[in-house]
Amino acid sequence: MIRAVMVMNTQGKPRLVRFYEFQPPEKQKELIRSVYGALSSRADNVSSFVQADKIFGQDTRLVYKHLATLYFVFVFDSSENELAMLDLIQVFVETLDRCFKNVCELDLVFNFSKLHSILDEIIFAGHVLETSSEQVMKAIEEIARLEKTANPISIVAKSVSGRLGR
Amino acid sequence: MAFAASSSAGSAGSSVSCSGSFTPSLVDSLFQRSLDDMIKALRSAPGGESSLLPRIIDEIRREVRSTDRDTKCLAIQKLTYLSSLHSLDMAWAAFHVLELLPSSSPAVKRSAYLSASLSFHSSSTDLLPLATHQLRKDLQSPNPFISSPALHLLSLSSSPDLALHLSNDLLSLISSTRAPAAIRCRAAATALPVLRLAPNSARGFIPELVEFLEPSSPLLSTTVGVFCELVSSGDPCPYLTLAPDFHRILLESRSNWVLIKILKIFTRLTPLEPRLGRKLVDPICELMRRSPSKSLVFECIRTVFSSLSEHETALRLAVEKVKDFVAADDDPNLRYLGLHALGLLGSNQSWALEENREAVVKSLADPDPNIRREALRLIMSMVFENNVMEISALLLNYALRSDPEFSNEILEAILLTCGRNFYELVMDFDWYVSLLGEMVRNPHFAKGDEIERQLIDIGLRVREARPELVRIARDLLIDPALLGNHFLHQVLSASAWISGEYIQFSRNPLEIAEALLQPRISLLPSQVRAVYIQAVFKLVAFCFVSFVNGEISSDSNCDAYENTGADSEGGDGEVECNPNSFVGSMGTKEHITSKSIIHMLNLVGTALNPLSECDEVEVQERARNALGLVHMLNGIEEWKTEVEGWKTHGRIREIVELMNSSFSEELGPVSTLAQMKISVPQELHLKENLSDLAEVLGSNDISLSLSVSFSLRKQGHFENKDESEPANESTSLLAEHRKRHGLYYLPTEPDENGSNEYPRANEFALSSNSSNTTEDLLKLTDHSLISRKMKSAKPRPTVVKLNEGDFLATTASKNANEAKEDVLSGAVKEVLLGSEEKPSSSGKTIPEEAIQMRLKETLIYSKFDSGSTEKSILVESKHRSSSSQKNNKNHGKERRRNSKKSEDKDGNSRSSARGSHHHARNKHKQSVELGDAALDVALPSLAIQDFLL
Repeated sequence: MIRAVMVMNTQGKPRLVRFYEFQPPEKQKELIRSVYGALSSRADNVSSFVQADKIFGQDTRLVYKHLATLYFVFVFDSSENELAMLDLIQVFVETLDRCFKNVCELDLVFNFSKLHSILDEIIFAGHVLETSSEQVMKAIEEIARLEKTANPISIVAKSVSGRLGR
Repeated sequence: MAFAASSSAGSAGSSVSCSGSFTPSLVDSLFQRSLDDMIKALRSAPGGESSLLPRIIDEIRREVRSTDRDTKCLAIQKLTYLSSLHSLDMAWAAFHVLELLPSSSPAVKRSAYLSASLSFHSSSTDLLPLATHQLRKDLQSPNPFISSPALHLLSLSSSPDLALHLSNDLLSLISSTRAPAAIRCRAAATALPVLRLAPNSARGFIPELVEFLEPSSPLLSTTVGVFCELVSSGDPCPYLTLAPDFHRILLESRSNWVLIKILKIFTRLTPLEPRLGRKLVDPICELMRRSPSKSLVFECIRTVFSSLSEHETALRLAVEKVKDFVAADDDPNLRYLGLHALGLLGSNQSWALEENREAVVKSLADPDPNIRREALRLIMSMVFENNVMEISALLLNYALRSDPEFSNEILEAILLTCGRNFYELVMDFDWYVSLLGEMVRNPHFAKGDEIERQLIDIGLRVREARPELVRIARDLLIDPALLGNHFLHQVLSASAWISGEYIQFSRNPLEIAEALLQPRISLLPSQVRAVYIQAVFKLVAFCFVSFVNGEISSDSNCDAYENTGADSEGGDGEVECNPNSFVGSMGTKEHITSKSIIHMLNLVGTALNPLSECDEVEVQERARNALGLVHMLNGIEEWKTEVEGWKTHGRIREIVELMNSSFSEELGPVSTLAQMKISVPQELHLKENLSDLAEVLGSNDISLSLSVSFSLRKQGHFENKDESEPANESTSLLAEHRKRHGLYYLPTEPDENGSNEYPRANEFALSSNSSNTTEDLLKLTDHSLISRKMKSAKPRPTVVKLNEGDFLATTASKNANEAKEDVLSGAVKEVLLGSEEKPSSSGKTIPEEAIQMRLKETLIYSKFDSGSTEKSILVESKHRSSSSQKNNKNHGKERRRNSKKSEDKDGNSRSSARGSHHHARNKHKQSVELGDAALDVALPSLAIQDFLL
């Protein structure tokens, strides 16, 4: 099972955090910090796997990908295959790239719920659900259509925020 | 900007004015910060995010109470963002989130679900049951983008009650023909947490899920994933009955994700049923040969290494394949995984390691610490009695050139391997002890704990190693540079203890006394200094006793042993004559004269006098003990002048006997279970509550008494004295000391680093041939990896072990976490093995042994009467296979029906049918018979059932 998905930048600031086993907020903070600690010390040309027994408990490991300013981290246990998880990160990143057209860190910062929608289409409660980024894209477009049909709030908020110029 | 400022000021004002009634003002709802605004504000906040957070949270608290749905929703979105990425607690807003769930707007509903699934848990909020009805409604929603977040919430945050309440809805969703496959997949995945929370629901879910174990099922991937979780988190026994289904998927599925999960399942099942292995070898080899997917090939290799290693062909192929991984120069991931997989092989397959030796040794110099670590682990697993010396020596050498962290990992690996099972690999303890001494010289050394333990442990357990231990300890103690390295303090403490305890093996006790009393010991922590002083005490006592006895022995020309024995018997009678006792092997040492004793006493007096007022109690006490002995000896003039008959002087004899009886008894290792062997005295009530004491003492008194310091005088008086102790002494004394112990002083030229810092311990020059080390290692491993019988020059000394095994105590704590999954696997057992009689609500589990016993029983029975029932079963199974071919969809149900039928038949043919496990037993029996029968009668379509045990 996949235990958690994290995206954080190279300064250790989380951009997306999803735990598939409940963790109270303080614990989340601690886990993010220890994952960052484990990753930040690693050079660029080394393997992507890290034993995570000390962070997430026995028999857990994490796989990560370092792209531009971001670390994409999947935490999983012995019932997942390491290379398959690496592929899954690729699927996730590809989907983000399609969705945001050349994705960069800022896209992730300002699209909190869309990010979660994408992730939830790929991984459901720790199970891999969909591995084709095309299928995920289709679902995401449909969600956008659905939310737009009856969604006055984003329009109001946007116009106001535009005027406020914040 | 001004606008924004005024709005925030306005909102602050309104929060005061509105504190009575929660109707938000128009201004608030109009100028509510959007999520993007909030993120921008946080990013550009001048005082950092934390300065702005309290204000934003205040805003959210106010907005969330709004009656306007959209304001509320936006507030929840912001709060969810903060809670997820800034780790803020949002449990207080749980009710507001629930309020949004029934919203008719899909966007609002979805945000509410996202928020709930990120923050709800039965341990933090108990409000979720309030939403039971809403969840039920949304589960049935025709819109997949409404039902899927509801399912997600159910699987991440559900409580046992909620899971039970909604399990029927979930079941109908899984089997629904109307719902899209994506939703049914999610529902199937949700079955796993529901099963874990409410094991009683297994009756409903498991048969339903078994239906989907079909290569063509759209839910196959998820279902296999669920079974993989179930098999690996609980007792895998009940799932053995599903082996044929899994096997069929292995043969027919084309999805790598599914195949990987199936292999994971078989890895767990094969150890329970070895005959499964035969069935798996061919398809797995086929996959390894054909599949282009690295992940799948790797999973095959792992499966073969961990559970099919007896199958020669598969193992050969897997070793062949793993070479591609280990030697993948451009991909560190493959290298790492290859080494990791090799680590799964047992010692029986060391030939496989041997074939990859070169790559493994090379990996020791890899830039990736993970790869280095795996390589080290593999190399340590190749260590045997015959090559332990070479490998350790070379690794130690290699550690000198590694970075500090890996260097210590190497040291730790050597210590662990050599110390394993009472040093079973170590044949020559003199070598090992000097190896330990060498490790300490590593500039990155930080394993003081373990070396300390092993040095003392060897001293206690291995008598033959003591002389060498004392020699090593002397070398460590005498080196003043080591004192400054705090990682070494524990090693020094062990060395001091060894030199005190086994001083009889020392060639020059005086030298050790000087080392133990050198001025730099003030750098040591007080516990270590206490050990030093105690060692000095033993040393003085030993020297004096052997001086007296040595004189006697030279007089009478007798062996030192006998004399000691005779002497002590004459005096006391109780002191044993122990060959290794306190005044044992005197012959080899320099003669101790009265002058050297006087010199030593003076030395001890000068060095310890200042410590007799030290504010560390341990140090002070030991120093006073030692000084007491010195004063006592100084008080007797007879031995100094060696007047006629001084040896028979009453005081001297008394002292010698006292010393002999205090130190001659040998210290040995103590079993960890030793305390248990001592029966508790009757008067001692260990379990009695001590709370009564509180009344007597009063709580204030207790806290007071804790703060009382043990030091006899005022602390302040000593502080500066202790710090500058060597400097505080009169300069003349120092100069004199310098003259006498020039050895411990450095040349006087000023140090660049300031003060009187000693050079770094273990300065070592990086030699130019660092690149050669891996080659050295390669050379080493050339000849010595496979275990051979060793021709040893000298016999291995005995290592004292205690009967009960020191490690027994650790095994007890293992059972603790096994109980967790028991209830679930019990429930699954009931479903899959079909013990119908047991009411599922009892939640009681069938012990694993019982199941196994039953399986065995059936096996035997079936072997006996296979002749009589074979025919009927074959007919039966023919029917089965044909029907399952015809109608794949009903596979599971059909099978269940069939086994019912066979049950009836068997009931007739054998009267001893047992009620409770009837179903299961017959199923197994049948399969075993099929297995036997299939050999005789050619029935290719039955092959799958062959291993259904």
